[in-house]
Amino acid sequence: MADVTYLEALRQGLWEEMERDPRVFILGEDVGAYGGAFKVTEGFVKKFGEQRVIDTPISEAAIVGAAAGAAHMGMRPVAEMQFIDFISCAYDMLTNYVATARYRAGLATPIVVRGPCGGYVRGGPFHSQNPEAAFFHTPGLKIVYPATARDAKGLIKASIRDDDPVIYLEHKWLYRRIKEALPEGEEIVTPIGEARLAREGKDLSIVTYGATVWKSLEAAEQLAKDDGLSVEVLDLRTLLPMDDAAIMRSVQKTSKVLIVHEDTRTGGVAGEIAARINEQAFAWLDGPIMRVTAHDVPLPYAPTLEDFVLPQTDDIVKAARWLAAY
Amino acid sequence: MVSRAAPARQSPPIPAGLTRDHLVEIYRYLRLTRTLEERLTALYRQSKVIGGLFRSLGQEGESVATAYALARGPNQDILSPLIRNLGSMLVMGAPPIEILRQYMAKAEGPTRGRELNVHFNDLEKGYLGQISHLGDMIPVMAGIALTFKLRGEPRVGLVYIGDGGTSTGTFHEGLNFAVVQKVPLVVIAEYNRWAYSTPPEKQFAVKDLAEKAKAYGIPGTTVDGNDVLAVYEATKFAVERARRGHGVHLIEVKTYRRTGHAEHDDQHYVPKDELDWWAKENDPVDRYVKQLVQNAWVEDRDLKGIDEGVKAEIDEATDACVDEPLPPPDSALDGVYIDPPAAPRHWYRGL
Ligand SMILES: Cc1ncc(C[n+]2csc(CCOP(=O)(O)OP(=O)(O)O)c2C)c(N)n1
Ligand SMILES: [Mg+2]
Repeated sequence: MADVTYLEALRQGLWEEMERDPRVFILGEDVGAYGGAFKVTEGFVKKFGEQRVIDTPISEAAIVGAAAGAAHMGMRPVAEMQFIDFISCAYDMLTNYVATARYRAGLATPIVVRGPCGGYVRGGPFHSQNPEAAFFHTPGLKIVYPATARDAKGLIKASIRDDDPVIYLEHKWLYRRIKEALPEGEEIVTPIGEARLAREGKDLSIVTYGATVWKSLEAAEQLAKDDGLSVEVLDLRTLLPMDDAAIMRSVQKTSKVLIVHEDTRTGGVAGEIAARINEQAFAWLDGPIMRVTAHDVPLPYAPTLEDFVLPQTDDIVKAARWLAAY
Repeated sequence: MVSRAAPARQSPPIPAGLTRDHLVEIYRYLRLTRTLEERLTALYRQSKVIGGLFRSLGQEGESVATAYALARGPNQDILSPLIRNLGSMLVMGAPPIEILRQYMAKAEGPTRGRELNVHFNDLEKGYLGQISHLGDMIPVMAGIALTFKLRGEPRVGLVYIGDGGTSTGTFHEGLNFAVVQKVPLVVIAEYNRWAYSTPPEKQFAVKDLAEKAKAYGIPGTTVDGNDVLAVYEATKFAVERARRGHGVHLIEVKTYRRTGHAEHDDQHYVPKDELDWWAKENDPVDRYVKQLVQNAWVEDRDLKGIDEGVKAEIDEATDACVDEPLPPPDSALDGVYIDPPAAPRHWYRGL
């Protein structure tokens, strides 16, 4: 059983789905001959041919729109955004056309739009974004955000098989940073809409997703060692539809919740999670629902600034400590 | 009786209304661009420039020559450079030390460490840096040129777009908008054979980008992008035409991206012989030097003197800023709006 990186796991998932289902094809900028800016689709064009691995013009709206049209006709397109920051160029297509197609017109649009997102990499304001909140507000789109290699693979497979449009967010800081042994021959499919308990605990729950799962786990470890606190970490994996039941189970167990995400605060996903807890588990709470997020500014380039703006392990430790003592 | 003696070798007249001093100045900008980028590459390898690094090696000629055709000085023409148009910013008067600070995210840099590479601006000097999203600067520059028109100012905007960038929606919308408003805008379309790894034939079905101009109802010209004086002349014509109120003009410059997309890219998809040919036979700086010397417009040793001066200038600028500090962390919070002046610091930072 070989250790597989997050990136390699994603690649495997795509590869297996391409092998399994002839309706699956990939389109995006530099995905063919170059194998994608981060090499997620390296070797694909050789194996599957230019018909199924399409190098497109720099036209995100057309990439997503064409994927939608093909999906109506029974295909299973996987569209790559070279960096997820460029998904904003396809915002109209996704929110107006794709998201409403089933409800409005009874049209199935089983597309996957995926791309590298996230900071901690000195990418500056346009190569670091976390765009989930912009789409979270739109009924009709599903959003998944794997944190582990296993889920990188399992969620891409589930997203491709899903009959609705899925935005698949992959964190470039995790691409080569984390590894996991994945059994060969086992089919890994992570169900969409199910959170994962990343660490069990009883004093406090951290609800999070993406790269901050790892920072939360690091914080939990430190709090166990230094403070004797037992911190639970819930990795949402899917943001839309959200696994309310898993969140409430954890809240009922610990009665204290810290929500952590890398995206900026105002209008971020954490606000929605807090509202749901308030509505569904208020009676179990022993303290305010608190948030650790990025500051409300565009993500700056200089390491000193980026580190300040983004949530760090130390922030989670401090906030959790404060909340535990509440 | 007709004399059989060979006439004394006379240098041909300098084209395009330029003088010897202009030619020398253009050369200086070419050398400055290349030397500064070489320095940036060295700093990138030392991890002083963080993030990515994009070169314009082999394309410096068109960046410099197009900008040189503009009216420069406080509040004259304005251009918007892309990552491979560092040369155009230098021509507009961006000081090398500012560029070095910007690439190294220094506190004293023009964006105080917030933005990278050419993403900065000085509207008074006449440059407005791009954002990453390709095509976006076309509509923005249309608006700048629209303002020139509305105010009756004899000023011109110039904007660059890559062969790949012409595939964006914003390129189309912005160009069409500029055309129907008949604003004084010149569009430089850079055909450099690659958009990351994607060749032109996967980007568009016209042979020359200049053909696209037809669809917008404007003139389109193709020039040899590595012939510095030809690029200058074509741009000058378009700029003065725009200044006289005749609207948008598109100029396609044929050139070649000799490095990978950025420093991390080994360009394995680029035919080696093609790359060699452009390096050996069609380098814009080499060609320009040859032209100056063969026509006896400038002497070789004068150019050598410039090279030394440029190197000294870049050394001095680098030494002056390389050890400067990065911005203080909490300076990240100010300036999202004018009011409120700063974003709130998160509660747990005070614990
Ligand atoms: C809207 C958008 N999509 C994707 C990208 C990613 N990207 C950055 S540069 C580039 C290739 C640009 O090619 P071209 O316009 O020809 O410019 P060149 O690099 O050749 O100067 C791509 C795809 C981007 N910056 N903007
Ligand atoms: Mg190009």
